[in-house]
Amino acid sequence: MSIVRTKDLLKNFTLTLVAGEDGIHREIITSDISRPGIEMTGYFKYYPQERLQLIGRTEMAYFLDLTDEEKRDRASRLCTDITPGIVVSRGMEIPEILINAANESGVPILHSPRKTTRVISRLTNYLEAKFAPSTAIHGVLVDIYGVGVLITGQSGVGKSETALELVKRGHRLVADDSVEIRQEDYDSLIGNPPPLIEHLLEIRGLGIINVMTLFGAGSVRSHKKISFIINLEIWDQKKQYDRLGLDEDKMKIMDVELPKATIPVRPGRNLAVIIEVAAMNFRLKRMGVNAAEEFSERLTMMIEQESEGAE
Amino acid sequence: MVEKSVNVELETGLQARPAAQFVQEANRYSANLFLEKDGKKVNAKSIMGLMSLAITNGENITLIADGIDEEEAIHHLSSFVSNI
Repeated sequence: MSIVRTKDLLKNFTLTLVAGEDGIHREIITSDISRPGIEMTGYFKYYPQERLQLIGRTEMAYFLDLTDEEKRDRASRLCTDITPGIVVSRGMEIPEILINAANESGVPILHSPRKTTRVISRLTNYLEAKFAPSTAIHGVLVDIYGVGVLITGQSGVGKSETALELVKRGHRLVADDSVEIRQEDYDSLIGNPPPLIEHLLEIRGLGIINVMTLFGAGSVRSHKKISFIINLEIWDQKKQYDRLGLDEDKMKIMDVELPKATIPVRPGRNLAVIIEVAAMNFRLKRMGVNAAEEFSERLTMMIEQESEGAE
Repeated sequence: MVEKSVNVELETGLQARPAAQFVQEANRYSANLFLEKDGKKVNAKSIMGLMSLAITNGENITLIADGIDEEEAIHHLSSFVSNI
């Protein structure tokens, strides 16, 4: 989770600072945005002062209808010492009284030319992304036929080599070795590379290579939703590996559970092909075609028929 | 599991060459090794992860080891970043 300050909004949006320059370093601690309509009437009991405030046409119109004394009162109570900023939308003219109150208390007033609902949704999206819980995972993220596949496994098991082979086959690399993952909403995980190692792949014996310059812009992606996890592990004689594919293994990252397959690694196994097929099979399953289940049903039917025939 | 917080005394910080050396040393141990900086945790056996942190001289990092030779690994790696 990163710290967001009011100045970050100025940098990322078409907002102009009108007043309260002292406060642009204030921290925004929540992605909720408040529209202080009720507060304009003088009811401040539940005023969410720590939120970004957004004044749209309705609030402004009401404010302008107040007497000067009331205006001064509302303006000063809106501008508390923790309010990270007040956004005025639609490019409306900002009353002198509000500007003075903001300058006094150091609450930045930001001016936007856009419609109120647009401003709300864009600011909320931006803040939600910033406040999303995040983590870093040791693994390689590749986009295979549009499925974001996270390949995990012990160091030296061959994740990067597999990724290289996949890139060679026309798939896209998102991140090698370290994947930054943030949770969006409650059910999706987005992975991206740490900025410093974007497009890079480390191959034992070759060193660091740049996938984008070697294979072209089509071979990389900046971020991708993770849908499937493949865990590579050295073949363990004593361990049972899935032979049917009827049960789906799961792995939990933050609050999201993702399907996971464990693939044993042995010299001579072409991992890239296996993973490619795993990704395609995953897509098929999501489309409602499940080879393992269909086969199992057929087998069950056959056995039942046989036993009926024998009776 | 053992954890140790160390200051990086390497003059150049963990630039590419020292980072590669560090990873090489880390790979001599069978324990799972992690390195944490500013709440970001990476596998200490992976060079890309380590380099993505861009660790500079004077910074505080936490080494985490988990496995049979954890004590040894932590001791060796912390002396690696704190002198030379």
